[in-house]
Amino acid sequence: MNPANYLFVSALLFTIGAIGVLTRRNSIVIFMCIELMLNAANLSFVTFARIQGNLDGQVIAFFTMVVAACEVVVGLAIIVSIYRSRRSASVDDVNLLKF
Amino acid sequence: MNTLALTAGVTGTPEAVLFWILAPLSVLAAFGMVLAKKAVHSALFLAYIMISLAIFYMAQDAPFLGIVQIVVYTGAVMMLFLFILMLVGVDSSDSLVETIRGQRLAAILIGLGLGVLLVGGLGHALSGSVQSPAVGLDTANIDGNVQGLAALLFSRYVWAFEVVSALLVTAALGAMVLGHRERTTPRRTQRQLSQDRFQEGSQLPGSTLPNPGVFSRHNAVDVPALLPDGTPAPSSVSRVIKARGGVLPPDSFELKPESEESDESR
Repeated sequence: MNPANYLFVSALLFTIGAIGVLTRRNSIVIFMCIELMLNAANLSFVTFARIQGNLDGQVIAFFTMVVAACEVVVGLAIIVSIYRSRRSASVDDVNLLKF
Repeated sequence: MNTLALTAGVTGTPEAVLFWILAPLSVLAAFGMVLAKKAVHSALFLAYIMISLAIFYMAQDAPFLGIVQIVVYTGAVMMLFLFILMLVGVDSSDSLVETIRGQRLAAILIGLGLGVLLVGGLGHALSGSVQSPAVGLDTANIDGNVQGLAALLFSRYVWAFEVVSALLVTAALGAMVLGHRERTTPRRTQRQLSQDRFQEGSQLPGSTLPNPGVFSRHNAVDVPALLPDGTPAPSSVSRVIKARGGVLPPDSFELKPESEESDESR
């Protein structure tokens, strides 16, 4: 088996995550789909590190994980504060700026 | 020696078996995550995908990242997701009404286009005539994976490492600011709370809600409690149970003097 097969899995997971972001309406599920896309990118980084034979890809994947953790913390805090004022987790209900 | 160098990056049979079992399952779980109606099911599917990705990392000579993936993602991030899900409400279901006409179809088409583009590009890049074999991490990991990563992290990437630590502190502060709620009304003292509790006809905000099933003829969480005057208290039943349906109307639990007598006589 060629290690490049991991890249195809990563591409598929990224695509499914993108479709989820575009179609779902619940903000928490949208957030989970973004996490799936980040994880797919991480799998690519690790596979590239193996194909290239140096550890830089793994370091980048490590940084991606840290940034993703920050993003989850801030994003969920935003979702909770929106839920507090609008009583809804749906992205359609956040329409105060709608013309 | 030459053959060894060539086969260093090629996967063995055990890894191929692992891949062909886990990869289709994780793609299926990704589909399940997008298609699941309840957000909790999506979260469980996502946890499954993350664990299988951690196994992929360990199989690809990245044991440190595999462990970090399990600890950080399935341990911290997924628990945070489930926690917020419980806070925001499991009963908040996804609305199936399209606010923009044809948005779902267009989104699926665009997503499929992206997938075709990615897979096609990869396939094109991999089908080139000169394809150098994968190198493998045997030489890079010669002192151990953690030691190799640490040597890179504290030399070439030390600046990025420090910036990321600043980012973590900023994110924690931001979450605290977003979670903070300004107090708009003066704080109620214990004296005021107890006065509220014993005022005539008051249920809130001094006293706690009555528990379901208390002072009633059934011992179940979907049966509203009876207040001291015999009337049922609808607020004693969890709104999640109400949203699922199956709760009898609260009036049917009211204690009526005549029905009580007939019960006694029987």
